[in-house]
Amino acid sequence: MSVSRLNLGYVPLVDSAPLIVAQELNFAADEGLSLNLLRQPSWAALRDLLALGHLDAAHMLAPMPTAMSLGLSGPIARIDALMVLSVNGTVIGVSNAMAAAMRDRGWPGGFGTPYDTVIPLLKALDGPLRVGVPFPYSMHRLLFEYWIAHTGALQSADIRIITTPPPLMANAVAIGEIDVFCVGEPWGSVAVADNVGELIMPGAAIWAHAPEKVLAARHEWIEENTPAVGALMRAVARAAAWLDTPKNRPLAIEILARSAHLDLPHAALDHALMGRFATQFGAAPVDVPGFLRFHDRAANFPWRSQAAWIGAEIARLTGIDRKHAIAVAQGTMRPDCYRQHLGPIGVDMPGASAKIEGALNHPMAVASTRGQMILGPDAFFDGETFDFTLSE
Amino acid sequence: MCCDIALRLSAQSMDQSCDLTHHSSVTKTMKIAVIESDPDRARDIIDALMEGGWTDVVVLGDVTGLARKLAALDPDLVLIDLANPSRDALEQVSVASEAQSRPVAMFVDRSDDEMTQAAVAAGLSAYVVGELQPERIKPVLQTAIARFQMMSQMRNELEAAKQALADRKTVDRAKGMIMRARGVSEEEAYALLRKTAMSQNRKVIDVAQALLTASDLLT
Repeated sequence: MSVSRLNLGYVPLVDSAPLIVAQELNFAADEGLSLNLLRQPSWAALRDLLALGHLDAAHMLAPMPTAMSLGLSGPIARIDALMVLSVNGTVIGVSNAMAAAMRDRGWPGGFGTPYDTVIPLLKALDGPLRVGVPFPYSMHRLLFEYWIAHTGALQSADIRIITTPPPLMANAVAIGEIDVFCVGEPWGSVAVADNVGELIMPGAAIWAHAPEKVLAARHEWIEENTPAVGALMRAVARAAAWLDTPKNRPLAIEILARSAHLDLPHAALDHALMGRFATQFGAAPVDVPGFLRFHDRAANFPWRSQAAWIGAEIARLTGIDRKHAIAVAQGTMRPDCYRQHLGPIGVDMPGASAKIEGALNHPMAVASTRGQMILGPDAFFDGETFDFTLSE
Repeated sequence: MCCDIALRLSAQSMDQSCDLTHHSSVTKTMKIAVIESDPDRARDIIDALMEGGWTDVVVLGDVTGLARKLAALDPDLVLIDLANPSRDALEQVSVASEAQSRPVAMFVDRSDDEMTQAAVAAGLSAYVVGELQPERIKPVLQTAIARFQMMSQMRNELEAAKQALADRKTVDRAKGMIMRARGVSEEEAYALLRKTAMSQNRKVIDVAQALLTASDLLT
């Protein structure tokens, strides 16, 4: 089998694991691929290099293909999401000063519910609330803004979103640049370990099944490289399934810590992959089951309705036309590629390519290509549901 | 992190030659912010811009609170290394918010593909604030791209030289250790390292490093 070499961009975060495992455990080699994993210093750099064709595909924040395709972020380029790489996996935290002020207003500490946490959070400060997120078009920001906007009486809250690169997040908290942070692991746990902040909620408390990262590529590249697209998707899907097998997680931590790709210490990987968090410096860790999902519950399936939700939220935040944003967003998801390339290798997949987002409060069996598969929960904290087929 | 070296260079402090006067009269109102933590590199970029007649240049060395600092400086153009991890903080200013009245666009768009590719290849990214005419931005970028190309080549050479030096030290230490332990000559010690590396399909430097690590553990 001839080996083709793909240039793959990633940002060194725990959730880039499917790409690293695909290369390190030879899932890529089995497909005749050699993955040239190119670590990127920022999402903006990764975005530009993908848009300009220096990268073939990339690990990307789920809202980025939509933002790029809408021309809101960087050089305008039609970018598609071939599959979802990971679901959930973010944490929300506050500075120690904020935590103290929140306790004065009745916050008990630890991981709480969105409703119980929001009042102490918004009442803690007199001035604006400065919120650090990794990127303007990130699920972190969309979840945080959704949370604040959907708690009713406090919609006039003065929120300042401040983009902060994740490795600098703990420092920004320490020097008082930000009060709140929404970030992917390990950077939330780093703030706790440095004793500069406390964790208040996992992102999944806001939306139980939020697509976090996607495997993105240029639309034209996908059309012109069908065999490579298929090989890449199969390798990544196998790596994702391997990662979601519980007994493999300790080994996954070893592989990720040893490989030069992440440059993160063993301890930093442990929290996210084992789903165990100390919310406060020195506190006993608590379990967050399914904190970061790579494959199970159809995690990799690129639901058009997930993109539609992203499009609708981006429209709300930027003021662009909602209908247009939803249409463009839906076009970025490629369930067609998913079915074409992963169906033949036996990956189970849902019958439909869109669902009512937020409808499942509990895991539920739905019709799938192999009979039945378990989906959900995918509920929003406020019980809202989104049926985008109605608005078309 | 190094200290903030925000230095402001005014037109008055410049000794301008006549042939640049016309150029600078066209561009003198443009305020350029350069984000660069290495003082030598920052100085280099400033020099290039000054030579080109752009005298209103501010360097931000400390990226802490970058968005806030930029809002206070209110530059027309921001230049930043493509590899700078703080680039995402700049993306903030391109998002609509009440704090920012003027739109920010990244310069690299598809309208000038050649220049875009040249900038990316040189490792430069630029952000334009407000409504600068492309013909005013272009010469600044051409100047910056040329300087970035020169600097990135120098940086690569410097890093290669540093690495080679460090590698040589490691190999020398490993050789010394083998010479002492086995009572062999320097040539024989190196031959042994090389043979081991080849038989294990590894680099000499990796074998040398492994030997030093093992020896550190055992002593």
